Amino acid sequence: MSEQQRHGYFGEFGGQFMPETLMNAVIELEEAYNTYKNDPEFIRELEDLHRTYTGRPSLLYFAERMTNDLGGAKIYLKREDLNHTGSHKLNNVIGQMLLAKRMGKTRVIAETGAGQHGVATATVAALMGMECEVFMGAEDCERQALNVYRMELLGAKVHPVTSGTSTLKDAVSEAMREWTNRMADTHYVLGSVMGAHPFPLIVRDFQSIISREAREQILAVEGKLPTAVMACVGGGSNAIGMFYNFIPDENVKLIGCEAAGRGIDTEEHAATMAKGTVGIFHGMKSYFCQDEDGQIAPVYSISAGLDYPGIGPEHAHLRDSGRAEYVPVTDDEAVDAFEYLSRLEGIIPAIESAHAVAHARKIAPTMSKDDIIIICLSGRGDKDVAAMAKYRGVDIHE
Amino acid sequence: MSKIQDAFKNGKAFIPFITAGDHGIATTERYIRTMVKAGADMIEIGIPFSDPTAEGPVIQAASTRALSTGVKIDDIFDMVRRLRTGNDAITIPLVFMTYVNPIYVYGCEKFFAYCEAVNIAGVIVPDMPFEEKGELQHFASKHGVEVVSLIAPTSENRIEMIAKEAEGFVYCVSSLGVTGMRSEIKTDIKSIVDTIRKYTDIPVAVGFGISTPEQAAAMAKVSDGAIVGSAIVKIVAEHGDKADDVLFDYVKAMKAAVAQA
Repeated sequence: MSEQQRHGYFGEFGGQFMPETLMNAVIELEEAYNTYKNDPEFIRELEDLHRTYTGRPSLLYFAERMTNDLGGAKIYLKREDLNHTGSHKLNNVIGQMLLAKRMGKTRVIAETGAGQHGVATATVAALMGMECEVFMGAEDCERQALNVYRMELLGAKVHPVTSGTSTLKDAVSEAMREWTNRMADTHYVLGSVMGAHPFPLIVRDFQSIISREAREQILAVEGKLPTAVMACVGGGSNAIGMFYNFIPDENVKLIGCEAAGRGIDTEEHAATMAKGTVGIFHGMKSYFCQDEDGQIAPVYSISAGLDYPGIGPEHAHLRDSGRAEYVPVTDDEAVDAFEYLSRLEGIIPAIESAHAVAHARKIAPTMSKDDIIIICLSGRGDKDVAAMAKYRGVDIHE
Repeated sequence: MSKIQDAFKNGKAFIPFITAGDHGIATTERYIRTMVKAGADMIEIGIPFSDPTAEGPVIQAASTRALSTGVKIDDIFDMVRRLRTGNDAITIPLVFMTYVNPIYVYGCEKFFAYCEAVNIAGVIVPDMPFEEKGELQHFASKHGVEVVSLIAPTSENRIEMIAKEAEGFVYCVSSLGVTGMRSEIKTDIKSIVDTIRKYTDIPVAVGFGISTPEQAAAMAKVSDGAIVGSAIVKIVAEHGDKADDVLFDYVKAMKAAVAQA
């Protein structure tokens, strides 16, 4: 059902709304991807790097204490936080960078919100000897100062973006502008399942390894499929990775958890599915938080990685076709879940991933002991410790 | 109904761009009249967008200033209606330049019906390439509004396809990158324009990076006209609502340079 009907579309969502200057670049990317995605040498190199560098397969961990505490469904965590660089972002970056190298590119650019995708891109650029520049909202540079230093340590140049709201959407806009300026030697490593075709497709394919492994792992340990899989959603890359191989399993519920910030009844949220309307922005037709003139709304979340006013087009299609559901989770709930998982399981989740943990806490007690939930733990929370302390009124020096 | 091609009837065309609502919609209205008096052949009215991904810093800042005044698309239609009525009505073609999202969300049918009603001859939508123009084309054509196609230095094998279906005029993008003034334009514009002309008879005007009379003349020499955005917007940024004289002199000098090309 997620197969594309129109070229570059998922149902009515997606498309290729790019400036003419970049059209041949995205067409070239699509052709290269179609050439290499089934190339045995490409696949072998990708799998080798995942095994020897990323640390795949990632663990599927039975969260027994959390399960017992909630007293309902069995809870498993897909441990993407254990990947090298600490999040699922590396899955996509390694794939795109191998592709970029085969396309003869010597320089990569990327946007980043929380810094996870920027760090992953800077890491693989170092590994492959490529030049790397990362665009990051000035506000996010402040919220995630550690990741800025980490990227610089890896040899990347970080550009703080001060236009617009100085957050993720502005970083994406600025990376697009830079790509328009220089595409002959430069590949834009987009970090989520968004933007113009073929990015939502490429990123989804590289992230789908999450559900490919999780599906095999859960069948091996439980002998059956889960009742539900869930993940946090900003642009939606770890969520689509967690969902993709379960889409044909119609009895498996797919639940995306989006950032409700201070609540969806306030102006301060990033809950695109709950509050957004259909629009066309950043290369794609999808849902966006915006006004009646199509001006993109300033969104808010405690999580820099979910602080985006849109969502990937395949998610829009999964929602409208009824295959997946999307629920809002507030800052407060996410911070509680951040602390909850830390104390109960000894796992500090990224504040992004904590949104999914928070929703599991709500629904697991209502389910039976025969039910199984898999939560995509998309990243680790070390980067968020200072911000969480601040949220609790504790001032620590980083 | 004035048509885009009317702009090219007085020799080579000079086409200035202005962001609607920058320093207030009344200021924009006055500046459009000023530019018409100074010899502009057509005016691109920018409907500001919150996140203009094809613009450089100058037009981004103008969009932000305009939106901070609370200007709405309805206000811009009202302004055009005023420009088109009364004893001092302006008659040159006017086009809108904006992004696909404001049109789509405002409502394509309503948007183009209003364009027809206030005599907007065309739209330029930089984030809507050839492959996606179906999103707007039907509504635009129904209301007699032309959708302008852009061709870039990277278009190469795409020129034929785009030019064959182009209407109004072809907007030839002079350089890679976003809008903004450039000290030098290195692209071989003549060869791109020559290729375009193999496939269409409609006029070709060059934009992006042009700010001086010399640049405008050089571009107009190998095409049918020059489009200037950031340089105009910068004058408005510097002089606020007192830019009338500077703007008049600038547009007059640019039109003279283009006309002699």
